[in-house]
Parts: sequence; structure tokens; C-alpha cells
Amino acid sequence: MSEELLNKVNQKLHEHFHGSVEKAELLYDYPVFTVNKEKIHEVLKFLKEDEELNFHFLTDLTGMQTEDEKHLGAIYHLHNMQKNYRIRVKTFFPMIHPEIPTATDLWPAANWMERESYDFYGIKFVGHPNLKRILNVDEMDIFPLRKEYPLEDQSREDKSDKMFGR
Amino acid sequence: MIMSKKENKNTARQADTTPSVDTMEKEYSTLNLGPTHPATHGIFQNVLKMDGEIIHDAVSTIGYIHRAFEKLAERRPYAQITTLTDRMNYCSSPINNMGWHMTVEKLIKAELPKRAEYMRVIIMELSRISDHIICNTIIGQDTGATTGFLYLFQWREKIYDIFEDICGARLTTNIGRIGGFDRDFPAKTWDKIRAFVKEYPKALTEFSNLLERNKIFMDRTIKCGPISAERALAYSFTGPNLRAAGVDYDVRVMNPYSSYQDFDFVVPVGTAGDTYDRFMVRQEEMWQSLRIIEQALKNMPDGPTHANVPNFFLPPKEEVYNNMEALIYHFKIVMGEMDVPKGEIYHCVEGGNGELGFYLISDGGRTPFRLHFRRPCFIYYQAYPEMIKGGMLSDAILTMSSMNVIAGELDA
Repeated sequence: MSEELLNKVNQKLHEHFHGSVEKAELLYDYPVFTVNKEKIHEVLKFLKEDEELNFHFLTDLTGMQTEDEKHLGAIYHLHNMQKNYRIRVKTFFPMIHPEIPTATDLWPAANWMERESYDFYGIKFVGHPNLKRILNVDEMDIFPLRKEYPLEDQSREDKSDKMFGR
Repeated sequence: MIMSKKENKNTARQADTTPSVDTMEKEYSTLNLGPTHPATHGIFQNVLKMDGEIIHDAVSTIGYIHRAFEKLAERRPYAQITTLTDRMNYCSSPINNMGWHMTVEKLIKAELPKRAEYMRVIIMELSRISDHIICNTIIGQDTGATTGFLYLFQWREKIYDIFEDICGARLTTNIGRIGGFDRDFPAKTWDKIRAFVKEYPKALTEFSNLLERNKIFMDRTIKCGPISAERALAYSFTGPNLRAAGVDYDVRVMNPYSSYQDFDFVVPVGTAGDTYDRFMVRQEEMWQSLRIIEQALKNMPDGPTHANVPNFFLPPKEEVYNNMEALIYHFKIVMGEMDVPKGEIYHCVEGGNGELGFYLISDGGRTPFRLHFRRPCFIYYQAYPEMIKGGMLSDAILTMSSMNVIAGELDA
């Protein structure tokens, strides 16, 4: 089922967005597509409005930082309830220019999820109606889920633990 | 009130001299509802623009009890994250716990014995009942019917007694382990569960009789805070709130986990998506949960209560004292030095409020590289201003309690 869906979506995306899909893979039971940042809005729009695929439901939208700490990513979980298709769409972009188009025009639900991603990772969603912090205080000047901000003060010496912990 | 003829004349004369509403200039007043307001059952702030008693516009502010769970989780070994999930939807923390265990089990590809899965189903359905008890009785409370609230809360206590027998805690349970349960339920707990399934229908029927066809309650809740199926889907509603709008989406049916495919139950749906429908969907779900528990008790298979995952499951104490292997595993688990494969997982369960998802990225280290919780409350609460616009202030309070917005889950 998952493999079938992966091939089906991959084929459709290749037909319409030749070369914009950088990677299509099956991670556990989920088909995952990595899409070029420039085309992400068009791809999402196509996935939502295509008659056969019809991913009408935005299950989840979240941000992440890559392991090299130089790129940020946005991850969309899409769902078609009638056929029970679930896919994940990812896009990555450099941290110097963390700008991608908003998905609020496709799904109103993206509003707060994008604000949350902005709040924690500093991803700027261009075209968002009200892009400001949502869970943290407005005065905060860092993006706390980035790996450069460690959870505890790393200069402390009384808690150094070389054997365990990271 | 009976007025004398003279007074009546006076009021009529006054009405003639005051200007009519149409010619007056409209001025809105601002009302700050919350952050701590006794009627909102939690820390929610809504700044309302009021036209008399009608809500013209609303802005929600959230984050008052944000505790940075996603950041904390990046430094915790997998077994220690369960306690964070407790504190999200604290009305049904066992569902959160199980959802997290299942996510890790999916990552390490553990296969659970049937008995453990059935025991999980019992726990999850009991906590669903306790979650719905809170929501529905609070709706009653907010409409002025305190009786049901006090009456059904005794039964919530009985569910918490069962949890206490199993794991020692009542509210933030930390129930079960990655791989199943640390031991079988005690014999007296099985008796308590059987007694609950036998006796609860009587209490629930009484509660239903109190409110379901009550004229005052129906007048108060029908057409209060409605949302259409299209808007609910656009706002990514899940759970009872989406089903009340008429969409029969239930994770237990669509993506069965923990052997839910073995059970026979109905997914109730509403039509209007208003407060009354949300109430009725939750009522029916309690009956269905009871049905599921009955079936699980009847068909409970024998066998072990945990999977064979020595990397995650603490060995028995006698083994630890007498067996080298067991001692090593014990040490590794307690110090949080288990090996996990690299991978990316999304797993969802049907929580008390909807699809509770865990998006986990593991880089093979002792802690998750990234963990994101899909919290249903957070996603559907953003539709709240749209739902209360044009309604009365007292309807807004009722709408919020019928949506079952839990502050812990909202703010993570």
C-alpha cells in the first residue's frame, strides 16, 4: 500500500514538476518527498487540488534543523481521508535565508502551526497574515529549538559529565 | 413583574424621548476574558470586542503554561520522555503514554504479545471515558447543572483507583513501559475493571436522563458555537469535535494500532457541529468504550505482558542480582544508554481530543534528534474566534468547554 502510493505520487509529481522533487523514499510506513524550496507552494497546491490524490487535510506542519546546523526544514504531513493516503513532504533551505511561502491560503489550520515553527526555528513564512511568536514571549530574541541554544548552560563546571549525556 | 398603570405610562414616555438604536453611533467595548478566569477551566486569554453582549471579534493568546517539552525531549533518553507526555492532556494521560511507547516500539520494530495490546486497549478506553466524563460534566456545569458533575466524578475517581493500582499514580500516570507492561495487573484490579464495566452504565444512563433530552439543556446548547464539516476539515479538526460536524474520521478505525481491528465498535457522528452534537458524540463514545472494554475482558488472551526487547525493558530484580547479562541491561537502561536505530517515524493515536501524533527523528543517539507532538487542541483551538463570532458571551464559555481545550496540551 505505502509503496504503491509512493510510486503513484512520485510519478504524478515528476510529470508536473520535473526535477523539483529531490528525493522520494519510504521511511518506515510513510512515503516521504523532499521538494525544492522554490516549488514547495505549487507542489502543495497540486497535491491538494489534484482529483485523484486530493490531500485535503493538513495533519501537521513543523520545523526542524538539519544535523549540519546550517539548514532549516519544514515538514508537512498530508492526509487524504477518503482513501486514507498519508504522505510527508519536506523542504530544506539555508539558515541565512529562512524564507518559504506560507500554506495558510491552502489550509487555514497552517496559521498557528507556522507561527509555532517561526517561534521555535525562525522560519519566515512569506505571506502569513500574522507571523509573530505564539508560545514564547514576544520579547524573546532567540529561536530556542535551534541546536545552537543548548538546554543547560554549557559553561557550568559543577555538572560536567564526560561519560554520559550530550 | 406587575407594574401599576401609572408606572407603565412613565416608561412609555421615556422611551419616546430617547434616540433609537439606529441613529446612535456604535461603540465597541473590549473585554479581557482570562488568562485566569473561573469560567474557562484553564489558562486561556481571549480579548473580545463586544457589541453589548454579542461578540464582534476575538483574539486568542496562548502559551501561558508553555514548558518546552520538545526541547526537553531532545536531552532525555527515550524511557524518560513518557513523563513529559503525561503532562500534555492530563485528563487522559495514559493515552499519551501509550502513544509514545508505540512510537518507540515502531522505531525499534518491537512486536508486542496480544495480551499486552489488549491490556493497553483497556487502559486507553478507561482513560477515554474519564476524559469524556470531565468534558461532558463540565458542559453540564457551565449550563447550570452541577448535579451531573458531582455525580459522575465519583466514577472518574474509580477509574483513577484502577490506574493507581496499576502504576501508583492517579493523574500523571507514566503507565506501562516501552514494550508492554512491567507486570500483569493485580487480581483485585481485574475485579475492579469488571465491576466498573458492570456498574458504570447505570450511572451513565442516569446522567443521560438528566441532560440529553432536557429542554433547558437542549435550548441552551443547540446552535451554540457551530462549525461546518468543511471549515472543521480546513482547520484540521480531529476527534469528537470533527465527528460532531459529521465526518467519521477515527484513527482507531482508519489506522488501527494496538489490535483495535479486533474490536467491534461504532464511530458516532453528529450533523451540526454545535455544542449539543459534541456533547452527544462524547456520550455515545463512552458507551462504545465500554463495549470495547467488555470485548477485551472477554477475549483476553494469556501470555506474557511485554515484548522481548531487553534493551528497553528492565529485567526482573532476581535476574539482575544473579545474572551478568541482566545486570548490564539494567545498568544501560537506567543510565539511558540504549541503542536505537536511525529513523523517522510518525505515529498517531486517537487521544481524548483527536489525533495525537508523535513525529520522531532519531539519529541513533541516546535521545531523539527531534521530537514533535501533534497536539489536537493546539490545532483546533485556532478556530475558536471564528466559532464564537456573532454569538453571546455566555455561548463562548460553553463553546470552549465543549471543545475540551486542555491548557497542558495546548501549550506543550
